[in-house]
Amino acid sequence: MSTVTTPTPADQGGLAPDPAVTPTKAAGAKKLPIIFGVMVALLAITLLRSSHEGDTTFQLAAESDFVALPDITVPSMLTAWLMVLVCAVALGESVRRMVAHVRQPMWLPIVFALAWMTGFLSWAAADGRIRVVSLFAGAVALAVPLVFGALGGVLGERAGVVNIAIEGQLLFGAFAAAITASLTGSPWAGLVAAMVAGALIALILGLFAITYFVDQVIVGVVLNVLVVGLTNFLFRQVLTPNSDSLNAPVGFERMPIPVLGDIPLVGPILFRQTALVYVLYAVVAIVAYALYRTRWGLRVRAVGEHPKAADTVGIKVNLTRYRTILLAGAIAGMGGAYYTLVAVNQFNREMTGGAGYIALAAVIFGKWDPIRATLAALLFGFATNLQGVLSAIGSPVPSQFMLMLPYLVTIFAVAGLVGRSRPPAADGVPYRQQ
Amino acid sequence: MSDADKPQPDEKPADREADTVLDEAPEETRKDTPQDDSRSRSLLKEIASGDALSGVLAVFLAVFVGSVMIAATDEGVRETLGYVTARPSDFFSAVWEAISGAYSAMFRGAIFNYNLTEPAQQWRPLTETLKFAGPLIAGGLGVGIAFRASLFNIGGRGQMLMAGGAAGYIGSKLELPLVIHLPLAILVGMAVGALWGGIAGVLKARTGAHEVIVTIMLNYVAFYLLFYALAEDVLFETPNSNNPKSLPMKESAILPKVLGDQFNLHLGFVLALVAVAVVWWLINRSTLGYRIRAVGENPHAARASGINVGRTYTVVMLIAGSLLGLAGVNQVLGTVTSGVSLDLDASIGFDAITVALLGRSRPLGILAAGLLFGALKAGGFTMQTSENISVDLVLVVQSLIVLFLAAPPLVRAIFRLPAQEAK
Repeated sequence: MSTVTTPTPADQGGLAPDPAVTPTKAAGAKKLPIIFGVMVALLAITLLRSSHEGDTTFQLAAESDFVALPDITVPSMLTAWLMVLVCAVALGESVRRMVAHVRQPMWLPIVFALAWMTGFLSWAAADGRIRVVSLFAGAVALAVPLVFGALGGVLGERAGVVNIAIEGQLLFGAFAAAITASLTGSPWAGLVAAMVAGALIALILGLFAITYFVDQVIVGVVLNVLVVGLTNFLFRQVLTPNSDSLNAPVGFERMPIPVLGDIPLVGPILFRQTALVYVLYAVVAIVAYALYRTRWGLRVRAVGEHPKAADTVGIKVNLTRYRTILLAGAIAGMGGAYYTLVAVNQFNREMTGGAGYIALAAVIFGKWDPIRATLAALLFGFATNLQGVLSAIGSPVPSQFMLMLPYLVTIFAVAGLVGRSRPPAADGVPYRQQ
Repeated sequence: MSDADKPQPDEKPADREADTVLDEAPEETRKDTPQDDSRSRSLLKEIASGDALSGVLAVFLAVFVGSVMIAATDEGVRETLGYVTARPSDFFSAVWEAISGAYSAMFRGAIFNYNLTEPAQQWRPLTETLKFAGPLIAGGLGVGIAFRASLFNIGGRGQMLMAGGAAGYIGSKLELPLVIHLPLAILVGMAVGALWGGIAGVLKARTGAHEVIVTIMLNYVAFYLLFYALAEDVLFETPNSNNPKSLPMKESAILPKVLGDQFNLHLGFVLALVAVAVVWWLINRSTLGYRIRAVGENPHAARASGINVGRTYTVVMLIAGSLLGLAGVNQVLGTVTSGVSLDLDASIGFDAITVALLGRSRPLGILAAGLLFGALKAGGFTMQTSENISVDLVLVVQSLIVLFLAAPPLVRAIFRLPAQEAK
């Protein structure tokens, strides 16, 4: 598909890198060793600069495990240095492969990341206790709106509609969910309302971007402002005076799954969550399958890569785009329900706090692929939760830098330092039928 | 403006076809279709091609939606709605009262307060409008000049935060005489804003990274950097750790009041006017401005005629950052001098986008749009205090104006006007 459309014409716009400026250079095989080297050096310098004597306890078991795993207590500094050693070995291996021009395998960064994180945590939590389960379970929970938002973003952009309005869809979804769940007393009704709200924003986006050819980035930005204004206005005028009847939604309860939830380590992390999280698993699976394995998915991708060709073979381009972004809006809206039905059982001004932009970052970092975007969103959720855990145990790392991480990583990603991200060819380009 | 009004010639479809059929997509076919779908240009063209009528109707529609929101959330209206079939006149007078009350409060807050007797106090709202307009104009220029190079600078917030933080650092930490202190703080602020904007320009020029993504992400990076500087007492002493805020500005670094101490209007507005003049000259009269416009119209043609496109992107983003930096400086050294805080940008970074869009990225248009939105802001606060209607209504009206302006065909369809261009 991409052979036809490379090089992307600059005047198509969209979010593609502008070829009028520079030839796109592949990041090459050097990038993994460079990243590894920087990370190892960072960790080693951190350890050298401040030594934390004492023991670190990694608690693997949750409170009510069927099979209780024992706590692991290790000497902090020794473990940290051991992990630096492991990381250094991984670095050496990646350098060897680079020199020998062999492909870098997938397990290498995984091993590296695990070792690095273990070393870092055992240093940061010296004389403390790391609850591994709650660290990861919290990350999954925090990532819920990000994953929903990122999936919505991926779907829209695969169909060729840039969606900057994810933030607006999350916020409006949260708002609609709060009111509906308060009125009906059912979180499921709230979830449906959130989907409708997200789809409504998508409809406006489509009306302007698809039907009237207005620049999609501009519509998205303006829609975000519109939703902030609208929800703030209604919050102050309607919700605050009637907070008992309109802004006291019934939330989702934690709902452990009987057998799966009893698996050691994995169970408490993945299967003792709220119903919304299980919906999330299903949506991720369905979107990933549908986008790559069904006729519908093929059409969506065709419309996003080469609308002209799709039109030629009889696919209705703009209708497909409308349908896809409505679906995408509904999915992003579900993410909004997380805020008012799971996190806090109340709507607040601008309560999404830029999560829509992190979701957008996950879309790009995940290279417009549903699974990778989900993983990116989980990673960002983990960074956020890690920040919370570290500041709770009084870590010396300033929390602001942890919170900054998703945004920095995305900048590096679009700049091609951590693997170049290539958007769908017709992303952001309105289609005018001739 | 006028030639975009005309129906699109038929040669365009042929060019598009050539573009997709031929792998190599020769330069000259693209040069013929500069109007085709480029991101910000297509919108600017849309705005430009809308005649004055759809502009007026767009504002009318936005105000109408705002009125509906006021009426729908008004207590009196809801009460009378209960017996609307029995006594419709009550309902309509309640609606009228709510809406006229809101808009007259806005007028009192933005232009002229007829409830007061002393002339100076009567005109005081106008000075408030100008005070709010200052940073909006400076910021709008920053977004608008980037638009002219067809760059979309959403990073206003980050650029303002960095610039405000830097200016605040100079303003609250150093002890210098006024003639040095104030200019130094302004210049350092603008320079830091320029650097922050320049990052997006350099990345675009060197790697092709899309400036929309980079500027959005830089907003948050700037937010957390400033948060870190405030919360951890790195650069600022923060007396109250719960609500991070630096010490107040020194007297010698505060922008002086222009009309005497009874009005809040400060030198920032004058600086914004100067910026309008400078940017006007820069865009319309200088070589750099010619390059900027050429790159904005068609980067391929610009490169073919010997313009360094990448360097132009970088320079434009530096200038844009410095203008948004001026907006940030304006806030810290003029409007809120009690210290640097995390909300110093007061959403001006995003408002600036709507100002630039409404002003069609032209300096004088931005001046007018900035004054209008400044008036809406000043009036909105009065409306909130006197009529108890949330100031956020202004945000809604503002964004609706921009949306409707961007799609004249939609406005025409709503009012059942004949379509202007044949589709």
